[in-house]
This record gives sequence, C-alpha cells and structure tokens, in this order.
Amino acid sequence: MERMPHWADVVLVPLLNLLIAFFLSGLVMWAIGENPFKAIQIMVSGALGSTYGWGYTLYYATNFMLTGLGFAVASHAGLFNIGGEGQATMGGLGVALMCLFIPWPNWWLAVIGASVGAAVLGAAWAAIPAWLQAKRGSHIVITTIMFNFIASALLNYLLVNVLRPEGAMDPSTASFPAATTLPSIHQMLGVFGIPFARHTPANVTLLLAVAACVLVWLLIWHTRLGYEIRAFGKSEPAASYAGIRPVRITMYAMLISGALGGLMAVNSTMGESGRLIMNASEGAGFIGIAVALMGRNHPFGVFLAALLFGFLYQGGGELALWANVPRELVIVIQALVILFTGALDNVVRMPLEKLFLRVQKGRA
Amino acid sequence: MTMMKTTLGAAAVLALSAVAALAEPAIIYDIGGKYDKSFNEAAFHGAAKWAKETGKKYREFQIQTQAQRSQALRQLAQMGANPIVMTGFAFADTLDKVAPDYPKTKFVIVDSVVKEPNVESIVFHEEQGSYLVGMLAAMASKTGTVGFIGGMDIPLIRKFECGYAQGVKAVAPKDKIIGNMTGTTPSAWNDPVKGGELAKAQMSQGADVIFAAAGGTGIGVLQSMADAGKLGIGVDSNQDYLHPGHVLTSMVKRVNVAVYNAFMEGDNVKPGVKVMGLANNGVDYSYDKYNEKLITPEMKAKVDAAKKEIIDGKIKVHDYMTDNKCPVQID
Repeated sequence: MERMPHWADVVLVPLLNLLIAFFLSGLVMWAIGENPFKAIQIMVSGALGSTYGWGYTLYYATNFMLTGLGFAVASHAGLFNIGGEGQATMGGLGVALMCLFIPWPNWWLAVIGASVGAAVLGAAWAAIPAWLQAKRGSHIVITTIMFNFIASALLNYLLVNVLRPEGAMDPSTASFPAATTLPSIHQMLGVFGIPFARHTPANVTLLLAVAACVLVWLLIWHTRLGYEIRAFGKSEPAASYAGIRPVRITMYAMLISGALGGLMAVNSTMGESGRLIMNASEGAGFIGIAVALMGRNHPFGVFLAALLFGFLYQGGGELALWANVPRELVIVIQALVILFTGALDNVVRMPLEKLFLRVQKGRA
Repeated sequence: MTMMKTTLGAAAVLALSAVAALAEPAIIYDIGGKYDKSFNEAAFHGAAKWAKETGKKYREFQIQTQAQRSQALRQLAQMGANPIVMTGFAFADTLDKVAPDYPKTKFVIVDSVVKEPNVESIVFHEEQGSYLVGMLAAMASKTGTVGFIGGMDIPLIRKFECGYAQGVKAVAPKDKIIGNMTGTTPSAWNDPVKGGELAKAQMSQGADVIFAAAGGTGIGVLQSMADAGKLGIGVDSNQDYLHPGHVLTSMVKRVNVAVYNAFMEGDNVKPGVKVMGLANNGVDYSYDKYNEKLITPEMKAKVDAAKKEIIDGKIKVHDYMTDNKCPVQID
C-alpha cells in the first residue's frame, strides 16, 4: 500500500493545521480591529517569554497531559471515552478526601496518597460505563458523557451539604492542611539555584504527568496488555479469535483511562487551589480529547499537544489582560485550533496525501 | 541563565514602569462573565457609569479558569491598577493570599468578607430585601400559594429563599411556599427555558406569584408568568419594565452602586466590612411606573412599615447563611 511518509503524517499535518487555525484567528483579530501580529506577540511573550508565563503554561499543560493520556489509552482500545471530565471531577473528590481526613506528615507522602485516591475514584467512575459497554453493549460515548453530569451533580451535593465548612459561602471544602502543599516549580528549581517566577501554579505534578507519559508509552508498546489493547482496538473479532477477552480489555483500558483522568485533579486541586472547589476540572477532560487527537494518541504527541494548549490558555489569558480582547474571542482562537487539529484533520491530510502519492508516482 | 535573568529583569522594569503609568481602577468579573444579565452585569453597569461620568478609563478582565483568579489579581496589581474590584465570593480564598503581597493596592470584594488591612469587603443583606418582596407576594396572591425559583443551589440563594419565605409568613402564616432550584451546576444561572418550565409546574400547583432569584434563568420565569397573566418578581436589577403589569416588583441588590462608589473613592477606599442593607439602600424592593398599579397604597404602607422596623432592628430577618437553617417551612 502506498502512503505518505511517516514524518509528514506526524509533523507536517499538525503543523499545517495549526498554521491555518492561526491564520483564521488572525483574520478574526483583524476584523475586530486588533493588530494580529501584536496579538500573537502578546500571546507568545505572555506564555513563553518569561518564567512567569511558563509557570502558567506548564500548569495548564499538566492538566491536559493527564486527561489527554487518559483519552489516548481508551482510544487505543477503540473506546471513545468522553467522560474525562467526570473522571477528573471524581479524582478531585479522591484528592480532597485523602488530604482532609488523613494527617499526612509531609508533602511527598501526601502526594502519593492523593494520587492513589484520585486514580481509584477516577477509575471507579470509568468502571461503570466500561462494564455497561462490555457486558450490555451500552454505547460508551453515551454513558461516559452522562456520567459527567452525574459526577458534577454528586460533587455539587457533597460540597454544598457535606464537605463545606460551617458558615462558609463558597461551595468548596476547607483548605487542605499546610503539610499537603505541593512544592512549586519555583521552589524545586530554587534548590538548584535556578530562578523561576514565584506565585505561578506549576508544581511537582508536572513530573508526575511526564512520568505518566513514559509509563503509558511502555504500557501500550512494550507490554502484553498494551498489545492486547491495540489488537482489540484494531479489530474486535480478530482479537477475540486470537484469544483476547473483550470484557477484560474493555475494563482494563477504561480503568487505566479513568485513573489517568482522575490524576489530573492532583494538579488542579492539590497543586493550585489547595482545596476542592466546584468545577475544578474546568473542561480539561474535553480539551484532553483534542490533545489526544492532535497527538495521534502517542504519549509524546500528547506531551507536545498539551504544551500547545497550555500555551493557548495562558497566552489567551494574557491577551485578554493586556489588549482588552474580549474573553469570547480568546475562546474562538482556542476553538479554531481544536477544530482544525481535531475535527477537520482530513482537510489537510487528504490533499497532502494525494500530493505525496503523485510525487512518488512521478518518481517511479 | 543569563537569558533568563535578562527576561526577568526586563519583566521587572516593565512592571515598574507600568506602576508609574497606571492608576486606573480595575474590575475582575467572575466566570459567569460580564453579560450575565444579573450580578456581574450590574457590576459592569456601575463601572460603565463611572467611566461615562468621569471620562476616565478602567481595566477589566473576565476570568476563564480558576488559576486566572490569582493571575489577574497579581497582574493588575503589578500594572498599578487601584482599586481592584472583584465580583463574587469565589475570589475570597485567592484574595486572602494575594492581598498581603500588595499592601499599597486597595482591593474590593463584593459578596464575601476578606479580613486584610487593604481589602474592603462589601456584603448585602439579601434576606431583608427578599423579606419585603415576600410580604408583597403574600399580599398579592389570591390562591394562598406563592413560589420561589432559585438559580444554582448554593447557600447564597437559600438566603434569598429563606428571607422571602419569612416575609410571606409574616403576612399570611397559612400560605404555602413552593421552592425549586434550577440546577446544581453554573449553567443553572442561564437556563430561561427550564426557568419557564419550573414556573409552569409551580403554577399548576397553585402558585400565582413567583420570585425568581436565578440570574438569566429568571427571564424565562418572568416570561411564563406574564404569558399566564400571573405575577413574577425580579431580582438584582430592577426588572419591572420587562413585562409591565406582570412583574409585581424586583428585589434590587445594588451591586452597581457598590462598584461605582469604589471607583469614585479610588485610593481612598476604606478597608473593612461594608454591609449594604435596607438602611443604606444596598437592597430594596422596586416601585416605579411599571408596577405602581399592582401595589396598592395599603400594600405599600405595610411594606414600608416593615422596612422601617427592619432598619430600626425591631424585625430581625433570619440569615440562612449563619446556621444553614431556615425557621420557615418551604415545600
């Protein structure tokens, strides 16, 4: 079979998609009377031009990396887990319960406990739709998205009625004990004498997310389970014929997926706010889908795509702050990138493929 | 390394020059956004009025993510904006941490209390205004059943509901009060269709006056009541004009005045807690040309008497948020 070269598939296509998205964003900017070049400059310098910008970019990227990995693992098994949002919400609950009710002596024990709590609850939340899919054939897209709403309502109930401290107005838990505060990148780099902006939310969870990237890569391409997941995702009848049990793989893939989604809450809940607030996942579960699609479900791709979306979030925020660009327009820019890198991928891919094939034929 | 130092240095210089250049006030809107037709929008109107009257400029920012709370506060403080006003109790925790780092900047938070020497906290006695509109509802009701439709189920909205219920019972102890919350997520603030459906459901149970404390959702409630020829009660802004003759009154919460005053005072904002109730016109019921035919002189006399008694402290309206309980039964 003739195909376009691998490098074009993984590098050229996303790059062209991005360029189109930025070009259209520029047109929108220009249409509302802002200078697109100045806007890009504000975004780049605001997100990448200082350690302050990096502190926020990396914080958002950490969120997207974990939810993106979660989606990617399920996707390898042919399962479209759209419930990252709900799994992250439940992960947040796991983090909060661990931090509030167990007196941790120091942060690194606390982060292990909180990660376990987040992963277990995230996985549990994915387990029910997974079981329904595996045993009953209930479509996982429907069930996982429904579970997002249930998670949000459940958390809302718990925050308003159970976990909220007496007399507090904000529907959120009490602040976690000081011992559970995660070291920020500022403190971590400070040990080595490297200056980094204070008061940015990027924290040690970034390392956890990078480790998760490596582990997912090992899992998918270097273990038996990973092979089974991929085989199952490619063709269920073939996998069954080869002795791979569909129920088992569906469950495993979704449990891992949910656990990764849940882990995102360690970053936002423990690392940033220091207490569990409503809607702590902030749509990262959905951004994770775009991140995984753009990253071609490969952990390294997810890593890069997460950085890109982190840049978009932080750069967008700076743009709204400095240029008085309305918040809605920032969302338009983010949406254009998602649209072109995720949904409209084939707009670039198909013509490019044809072009490559023609060139190859011309040579032959 | 050197590169990093240069950028840091440049950022510091930039920040310093910004401080010198700017002394504009700033406002940060909560996640609902500045056009939420309710709370944030009222704040925006206050700021806009200030800009129009003084001809000066102000900075504004609408947050999009949680992490942007502290980011916006710190960035605006470094730009030299003063005072920095923020709408919504969700900022309280962040402001508590940020305020001590910028002792020369004055911060104003609406709807919550932050105890720092450079923070003014503005809170409202929503229960007092709700009590008055509750009295009006009970007097206007012919069926002996009145309704309440809240937005998102949070303690603040329970506070509205409880004040309202107490007002109803003060006039008609046997009246029934039906209470519903639109939802449990922030989308409950902006769901006029569901608001309309809830209003219809309450009407089928006999309610003929309904108080909507639900932001944009309330628009649907008021519409349904007007369509059915019954009475709605508006909230936050004066909404009497929306359906003349079908909006009994509005529980006005003057967030715009709070923001306007803070901008006017500039650096002279007085830190501490500022409580805005009936006594200082922070909350009130509305009475204008659109609803004067609905409120008879007797009704007005009775409500105004109660208003005076609340101001004098003779009537104590229970605040739900002090103990998360309401002394009155709500169905």
